[in-house]
Amino acid sequence: MAKIAVLERKCTGCGLCQAGCPFGAIDMANGRPEMNAACRVCGICVKACPQQALVRLETRAASVDKSRWRDILVFAEVSGGRLHPVCLELIGKARELAAPLGFSVRAVLVGHNTGRHAEELRHYGVSEIAVYDDPELGYFRADAWADCVADYIRAIRPSVVLVGATSLGRSLAPRLSTRFRTGLTADCTKLELRENSDLVQIRPAFGGNIMAQIVTANTRPQFATVRYKVMNPPARAEAASGEIVVRKLPEAVRESRARCVSVTPVPPKRSISDAEILVVGGRGLQKEADLAMIRELAALLGGDWAVSRPLVEKGWTTNDRQIGLSGRTVRPKLIITCGVSGAIQFASCMKDSEYIVAINSDRGAPIFDVAHVAVVDDLYQVVPKLIEKLKEAQS
Amino acid sequence: MNVFVCIKQVPATNKVQVDEKTGVLKRGGVAGKLNPYDLYALETALRLREAHGGRVTVGTMGPPQAQAVVREAYMMGADDGYVFSDRRLGGADVLATGYTLSQAIRSVGDFDLILCGRQTTDGDTAQVGPAIAEYLGIPHAAWVSKLTLSGDGVDAEQQLQDVIETVHMSFPCLVTVEQDICMPRLPSLKTAREIGDRPVHIIGLDAFPDTDESHYGLAGSATQVERIFPPENDIEHEVWNEGNNAERLMTMLKKRKFI
Repeated sequence: MAKIAVLERKCTGCGLCQAGCPFGAIDMANGRPEMNAACRVCGICVKACPQQALVRLETRAASVDKSRWRDILVFAEVSGGRLHPVCLELIGKARELAAPLGFSVRAVLVGHNTGRHAEELRHYGVSEIAVYDDPELGYFRADAWADCVADYIRAIRPSVVLVGATSLGRSLAPRLSTRFRTGLTADCTKLELRENSDLVQIRPAFGGNIMAQIVTANTRPQFATVRYKVMNPPARAEAASGEIVVRKLPEAVRESRARCVSVTPVPPKRSISDAEILVVGGRGLQKEADLAMIRELAALLGGDWAVSRPLVEKGWTTNDRQIGLSGRTVRPKLIITCGVSGAIQFASCMKDSEYIVAINSDRGAPIFDVAHVAVVDDLYQVVPKLIEKLKEAQS
Repeated sequence: MNVFVCIKQVPATNKVQVDEKTGVLKRGGVAGKLNPYDLYALETALRLREAHGGRVTVGTMGPPQAQAVVREAYMMGADDGYVFSDRRLGGADVLATGYTLSQAIRSVGDFDLILCGRQTTDGDTAQVGPAIAEYLGIPHAAWVSKLTLSGDGVDAEQQLQDVIETVHMSFPCLVTVEQDICMPRLPSLKTAREIGDRPVHIIGLDAFPDTDESHYGLAGSATQVERIFPPENDIEHEVWNEGNNAERLMTMLKKRKFI
């Protein structure tokens, strides 16, 4: 059945569609067009819209039988011989989501010499840990790893698959979701499970001060990635539970055209995500040399320093120093932002910090909405004096 | 070597305003620019061509105005460019965008290597590249900080958590590149003069191998945006206006035992 759909992010609410409709079939509700029963799907409004925000939909995807997809699967990432802590956070969230629907939580582990990691996962309340362990899987190849996880998904038909939004996870997840022709939502900050097993996924979106609530209503499984330090890890249980199931290597793995040339361990870099105190420089900094001030303040407080996206785009520093959706998520005990405006991309990735001090001369800066202390002042007035005082106090 | 580079036009500013009364996004009038991360993919392609010969083709899904970013790619040295533009492509999520681009790439030609930037600055998902590779049935490497031609394909250094893993992939394959792979050149006026008014090809869904429109755009998307809303903020905060704020901060730091 055909219908007219409104692309909300394009619609400006100008009302030209309503004015042009010969059937009076468009109501403006909350500033957006809504088609009422008089709509004959003639498509005049589609042509009238200057924003191309109206679309004629010819077919609707038939919904899958949701009752045939149960349980939540967590991808347990092992890279560089380490079980990534984000997968424990995902297991914690998955257990919360699964309980009301009577789902169980399972984990899937891919790699080589993963035995002790599988054993460790038994302490976090998952019902089954599927293991694909082979020398062929000793290094990451997205296509081959996808073959393994897809094999397990076909076997157990999970309703939801959660993947950590790490480099590896974000390379793997879109291959998997595409293979199952289903939805994938990146960097979710909030997840809920409806009674009908639809996963409500909330994430910051569209580069502005806006959150989007997204569902994958007609297909299964529902894929979502979540970043490290967004969900809370569960407590480790003393007693081990959950069954380890070693699964056969899928044939397709041997057919991959990717092969390993070399693996170079990099010493685990101190990530800004691990810092307890962070000082952050933003667009309010006038020149690159002024970053020294941010670094100095951080050093005096025994913390680390970070930046917001504009400074990375200017090439002042690298992405691993960046807080935000295209950088890292942080939850330090103290964070002092200097000249950061606080767009949602930034704020959503630091708002769970324990104590937030924001220095910005613009009273209306959105960073103040998440700050515990809003210092409405010029950072060039405040920061150098604070550095001076800290030095005095230390000498 | 035949290289295809995926590019996108993104809003020139990420300051999208929301009408507080209606909750509607105000998008009108925001100028577009080439997604900054795509510059690194394009530069990587141009360097491979300069060293080993071949052609660099760029393509983007978007409205006809997206021609502007194809022209920008021409000014950096791209040989040929496409805008995949069709109303029926609108409202696409990752699944539908990946499918559209895989179909579009197939309709344009046979490529040894497909390059993408790490992510766009408006969607921020970093998911479309791997989705294209899956649809095309070719291997991919993501977060690549070094790419060299080797034998029948490329060696790609993938930056993962605690390791750098170099994989060899035979052609055809897809690579998404990191910012530190190279420094992009600036668009050149000389190149602009040389190319004159080289056309940008604009093609629609009817040129794709699969013309079933239910596979594209909103209809072909698996995710639905149910609602958009301003983030709630329920934090109680103190406001300090101009004054001796350095002193006040010192007092706070001591009181809370940060120093």
